[in-house]
Amino acid sequence: MTRYIVRRFVSMIVTLWLIITITFFLMHAVPGSPFEKDGKGANPTAVQNLMAFYHLDKPLLTQYGLYLKALLSLDLGPSIGHFPDTVNSMIDRGFPVSFQLGMVSIAFAVISGIALGTIAALRHNRLIDYAAMVFAVIGIAVPNFIVATLLIKYVAVDWKLLPVATWGSWKHVILPALALSTGPLALIARMTRANMLEVLTADYIETARAKGLSPATIVIKHALRNAILPVVTLLGALVANVLTGSFVIEKIFAIPGMGKYFVDGINNRDYSLIMGTTVFYSALLVFMMFVVDIAYGLIDPRIKLHKKEG
Amino acid sequence: MTFKSTPDVLLEVDNLHVSFKTFGGEVKAVRGVSFTLREGETLAIVGESGCGKSVTARSMMRLLPEHSASIRQGSIRFKGQELTGLSEKQMRELRGSEISMIFQDAMTALNPTITIGEQIMEGIIRHRKISRAEARKQAIEMLGLVGITSPETRLKQHLHEFSGGMRQRIMIAMAAVCSPSVLIADEPTTALDVTIQAQIIDLFRMLQEKTGVAIIIITHDLGVVANMADRVNVMYAGEIVESGTVDELFRHPQHPYTKGLLASMPRLDTDRSKPLTPIPGTPPDLFAPPRGCAFAARCSNAMEVCGAHAPERTAHSATHSSACWLHDPRAKQVFQPPIASNG
Repeated sequence: MTRYIVRRFVSMIVTLWLIITITFFLMHAVPGSPFEKDGKGANPTAVQNLMAFYHLDKPLLTQYGLYLKALLSLDLGPSIGHFPDTVNSMIDRGFPVSFQLGMVSIAFAVISGIALGTIAALRHNRLIDYAAMVFAVIGIAVPNFIVATLLIKYVAVDWKLLPVATWGSWKHVILPALALSTGPLALIARMTRANMLEVLTADYIETARAKGLSPATIVIKHALRNAILPVVTLLGALVANVLTGSFVIEKIFAIPGMGKYFVDGINNRDYSLIMGTTVFYSALLVFMMFVVDIAYGLIDPRIKLHKKEG
Repeated sequence: MTFKSTPDVLLEVDNLHVSFKTFGGEVKAVRGVSFTLREGETLAIVGESGCGKSVTARSMMRLLPEHSASIRQGSIRFKGQELTGLSEKQMRELRGSEISMIFQDAMTALNPTITIGEQIMEGIIRHRKISRAEARKQAIEMLGLVGITSPETRLKQHLHEFSGGMRQRIMIAMAAVCSPSVLIADEPTTALDVTIQAQIIDLFRMLQEKTGVAIIIITHDLGVVANMADRVNVMYAGEIVESGTVDELFRHPQHPYTKGLLASMPRLDTDRSKPLTPIPGTPPDLFAPPRGCAFAARCSNAMEVCGAHAPERTAHSATHSSACWLHDPRAKQVFQPPIASNG
């Protein structure tokens, strides 16, 4: 197991390095620079000084070397657009908020998605099944900013049940978390249903019935565990995605998460911010994939994480 | 409803009809099957694929797919209790506890993600009011009985860590652990190679000797029948065409289908340069079963009456009967069956 984790860790580092390298050079290949926004020429001397300050006047390979060197000590550099903020401090501030919001919405999506998918499968081709699947298709098709707007209009403005926006108490989490969870919820529900339908026709389900087990035991103990594996696969990417914040949802609810930095960075050609958010997101994603692989082994004993030594 | 049965009759199936609803119409899979199972005996149900033998077995457990299949007519009485009228909940009390089932392919019939110990124990815990520790002890004992070595450690393992024969042993242990009165084995040896088959048959015999369980074995393998069964029912197109003791059936087969089955089986003294003798044709379409004898279209002795009217059962002895027009007293006068017996 330790050997597997070490090997896996090395491959994670290599993956990250590749992502960093590709992003770095692609980013610099895009025309424009952080200091000539809107085409307005700034004071050339000032630009020169700024370029020197951020090492942008050096050859690209040198810049790349400098960036990697700083990254080794987990220094993501100063932000160009938000001086004197550093990218590290921006993530420090934004990520806990996005993380909290993301965790609530992913937990909600997983629990209700699996429940909905399972119920739909058990009532296959009946009203509940159709209703659940119509809901799922809507959940996938309707963008979450529309869901967010509707939630604000009814729940917050008309019925005054929850705060309209901003961040603070647990009450502030509910609406954005709901809006953020519709897509993942719908995906999980559809996938659970499809797998459940297949698993329910498996021979071992009939064996379980032949043992006299109750339908609830059969579904929860025998079927769900086998049906859930593909959902776990999906979850790795989904979690990384949701935890790093959503630009749209955070904007609508005026939440100080890190979602906006992804867009801000690119708009402003804020090189260090682009790199910082990309590195952070990729690291999280690669780590989640690792967690998923570990989870596989726990759910399905047939999946061996490491070959037997010999 | 009154019904008389000899005291040792465990299970009595009477005029059972089972149909499946499909897009193409109604498939009459089982059409008037009757038989009895006595305590401690082994009854074989033999027939080719699709003849309704598995459906008959599943009807007794009420394990047919609820949406499409239905018991149209007939009764299944277990220890005097009518099973066709029981609620699903009442059936659950019987399943695994009084009537158990062993499936053909243990590889797919056991859950791959749950330890085999848990799969055996959950049945015990479900039906017997005992602690987990006690259930575990029983599971270990049962695994030992079916020939799994070091059952304490094997208990914690998963399906993929066992060989094919071992899996079937586990399946049998699982079905037998609550000491049921009836064990229904649906093609229990079909997925195994021949040497393992023999071991599994021995295991069934040993289990029966130890616990006195009555076994219904469903198979298309006449070798297994000869080795295991006391009595045999031969099924064709959803009906039992002949039934009798193993001796009667193998030595004096009466129905042309039974004779065909026996003739198509290779024997040690068969001339190997000649091909095996198949039964020509295919079974009838069960969407619209023929009016007369279902086997008439494939029967080399078919007469005019066979296509028009279903034959009555003729008793050849107290235990042996078949449904064929050839045994009608009137048939003997017009037709001398030219069947070459190879027995």
